[in-house]
Amino acid sequence: MLRTIRIILAALFLVGITLLFVGIGLDWWGWMAKLQFLPACLALNAAVIAGVLVLSLVLGRIYCSVICPLGVFQDLVIRIRRTVDRKHSFKWHREWKWLRYAVLAVFLIALIAGVQVIVALLAPYSAYGRMVRAIAEPVWGVALIVPAVTFVLITVLAWVSGREWCSSVCPVGTVLSLFSRFSLFRPVIDADKCISCRRCEKDCKASCIDIDTKKIDYSRCVDCFDCFGDCKVDALKYRFAYAKTSEAKSSGPDRGRRAFLAGSALLVGAAARAQVKKNDGGFAAIKDKVDPERSETLVPFGAGSVKDFYGSCTACGLCVSACPNHVLKVSTDPEHLMQPYMSYTDGYCRPECNECSKACPTGAIERLERGQKATISIGIARVDYDLCVAGRGVHCGNCARHCPSGAIRMVEDAAGHRIPVVNEEQCIGCGACEFLCPSRPLSAITVNGLSVHQSR
Amino acid sequence: MDRRDFLKTAGLGVAGAAAASLIPGGLHAEAPQASTGTMAQNYPGVGLLGFGCMRWPMIKGPDGKDIIDQAKVDEMVDLALANGVNYYDTSPVYLQGQSEEAAAKALNRYPREQWQLATKLSNFADASRANSLKMYRRSLELFQTDYIDYYLLHSISGAAEFRRRFEDTGIMKDLLREKAAGHIRALGFSFHGTREGFDELMALHDKYHWDFVQIQMNYVDWNHAVRDANASYMYDELDKREIPITIMEPLRGGRLADLPAPLADQLKSREPSRSLASWAFRFCGSYPRVQCILSGMSYIDHLRDNLETFLDFKPLTEEELAFLDKVGGDFEKYRMIPCTGCQYCMPCPWGIDIPGVFKFYNDAIGDGTYVSGPEQEGYARMRRRYLAKYDKSIPAARQADHCIGCGVCVSHCPQRIRIPREMRRIDSYIESLKQETL
Repeated sequence: MLRTIRIILAALFLVGITLLFVGIGLDWWGWMAKLQFLPACLALNAAVIAGVLVLSLVLGRIYCSVICPLGVFQDLVIRIRRTVDRKHSFKWHREWKWLRYAVLAVFLIALIAGVQVIVALLAPYSAYGRMVRAIAEPVWGVALIVPAVTFVLITVLAWVSGREWCSSVCPVGTVLSLFSRFSLFRPVIDADKCISCRRCEKDCKASCIDIDTKKIDYSRCVDCFDCFGDCKVDALKYRFAYAKTSEAKSSGPDRGRRAFLAGSALLVGAAARAQVKKNDGGFAAIKDKVDPERSETLVPFGAGSVKDFYGSCTACGLCVSACPNHVLKVSTDPEHLMQPYMSYTDGYCRPECNECSKACPTGAIERLERGQKATISIGIARVDYDLCVAGRGVHCGNCARHCPSGAIRMVEDAAGHRIPVVNEEQCIGCGACEFLCPSRPLSAITVNGLSVHQSR
Repeated sequence: MDRRDFLKTAGLGVAGAAAASLIPGGLHAEAPQASTGTMAQNYPGVGLLGFGCMRWPMIKGPDGKDIIDQAKVDEMVDLALANGVNYYDTSPVYLQGQSEEAAAKALNRYPREQWQLATKLSNFADASRANSLKMYRRSLELFQTDYIDYYLLHSISGAAEFRRRFEDTGIMKDLLREKAAGHIRALGFSFHGTREGFDELMALHDKYHWDFVQIQMNYVDWNHAVRDANASYMYDELDKREIPITIMEPLRGGRLADLPAPLADQLKSREPSRSLASWAFRFCGSYPRVQCILSGMSYIDHLRDNLETFLDFKPLTEEELAFLDKVGGDFEKYRMIPCTGCQYCMPCPWGIDIPGVFKFYNDAIGDGTYVSGPEQEGYARMRRRYLAKYDKSIPAARQADHCIGCGVCVSHCPQRIRIPREMRRIDSYIESLKQETL
């Protein structure tokens, strides 16, 4: 029963979060991303942090079995392994304290020192998000290699030694283990009933059941309840840990039917984006736009500053999935590996849109209300008059016509051509001008980022 | 009845004119489709349904460029010829310059006397005499023939343009000489423009004796043309002078085969099993001075539907003609952009898909998915779908917001649509939809 509930909830979370990364359901189940522990810590979301810690203290590491998508993903791998090889068994081993605390220490130092690459690579939810995105919207290069390596590593590890990642590496797991060690409710082995058949021990993917001592390591147990089905003598009970006696009778046999609900959840992520249909007729060939050299990177409205943004982003890529205008892209720059940056080659940051600020679970992009963009500047446009077609006498003005803040005006130059000029005090850096500029591949009007976003 | 003049020039059944290099037509043993009835003819020897070779299907060639799907064209031409469609209208500039060649490939498989060729002097880009002659000779060469049945001065709007492109360069004299020598059987022009422009060209009839004229005629343009001369006026003028008429855009770029539901219902309630297109064809065919109605058929199913109309042709009654004229007036109230998708404006130097944007805009008006404002029922859903469909139909870099208003296209549009202005209008409409400020 407990196991069935766990599987159903885990499947819901996995499907929900996977869909988020495919770009579906932000308005309906976007809260699932907000519950993720590390992003919540970065967002200083006290309610979620306290909620997860209390949950772990009361019920154990349920979080790792239900809410964490990387955890559920590993369960899927383990499930497949069990189907393929029924004889396969795991083996109890002692808690590898030195490893998990060393990783946690490195992680915390990286977090404080701002070495975001390490934080991003270890963050479980973000690692999962990158994997889904790599399948849903494949881009060649580092954006594919990093998730591919993660995928191989996690899959092989889960295949061979179950939840070893969660037990010995994952920094979130280690933090939660500090609380789950003392959890109020927990699976307990009734030594009187146990016949030491070791079925549960061999089946424990967290390698945390020691039948020799009839003890379970609650710092590693993720409350999957698989062992309950294994036990033929009902020696396992989920009960209040600090009660004097154990209950006499157990209820509900739940073995037998095991709905493999989450089986196809990953496939959802593979739904490729619909291809853009090319129309008949003669088209002038147009070159794809390229990003100009920017004196400072463009980061989203609501980021506050470039430093703050990259300091609190865990590179989950949810904002990239959420961006309907294809502005947010994944960086391959080693300093900001897998973290997003803004590009105006395929669209611009539209005035009515606030999707990324709704999506971001870490608070790297603060929540913006509609229309709030007009009050912030993330960059300043400048014109390269050598590239501008208006300077060559072509009737244009497309930048001025589309500037949402009225910062661009057309004036007459010495040669009598009407050319665009930018009022830097009004420009918000949205990139409408850069995207809609007819000059290709390099736009004649481009936006330089501001290190610290200004109010307008 | 002064059809004698016409018969003389059209060269019907003239034996011995076929070029020696013809490929024998005996390759086609199997008849593509059993025909019932015979092809309607207002002028003996000319099938009332003509094949417009401007909208043939394109596929991607080995080098990624668009090429005409020749197999599909051959299949359609087989079926068309077997059913008495013998008038083929092409131009050196159609379909990125590939139309004539594809038509020649399909038609040269049959004896020359089985088909009539209408092609054009499309000297828009370079009206010099040398270039015009080159264009003319290339047509003869491609079709492996020494005569063209119908030769058209392509799309002229009045005397001024006629002088600039044909008289001043001296090419008109050459064409008249070719006509006297029998290499051009009928010399005429295709027209897009105002009533004044048309009058000017009619005034030239005494001097040049137009053997036929090609005009845009359908039940909308009959009395409700937006900027150009009404077809009813031009028809009367031509009828007065007994000049045979070829009809182009009988469906207004296909729009009359896909009417807004309230109008479609009126037609369907009268004849439930007839296609909407059949009404438009019967409208044109009911006027006796019309010798040929061109249909730019892209798919064999267009042809099959058209054959159903023309093999068992029933002219419309006076009441039905008046009914369609009224439907035409109602159609104009939808204020669609009168683009027929002829592609003359393309390629836009800045990459805009002009006909695609207009088609998207018109389609939405036609099928009732146009978003008029928040008070509309289901506004939120309709808005979302409209914007999603726009992005799906037109790649971002070819959408209306990329139009810089350079105006190069304006002079190419035979419908004289003020393209940059319409682009800007559609752009602001889409923008207000996106920002929900409609």
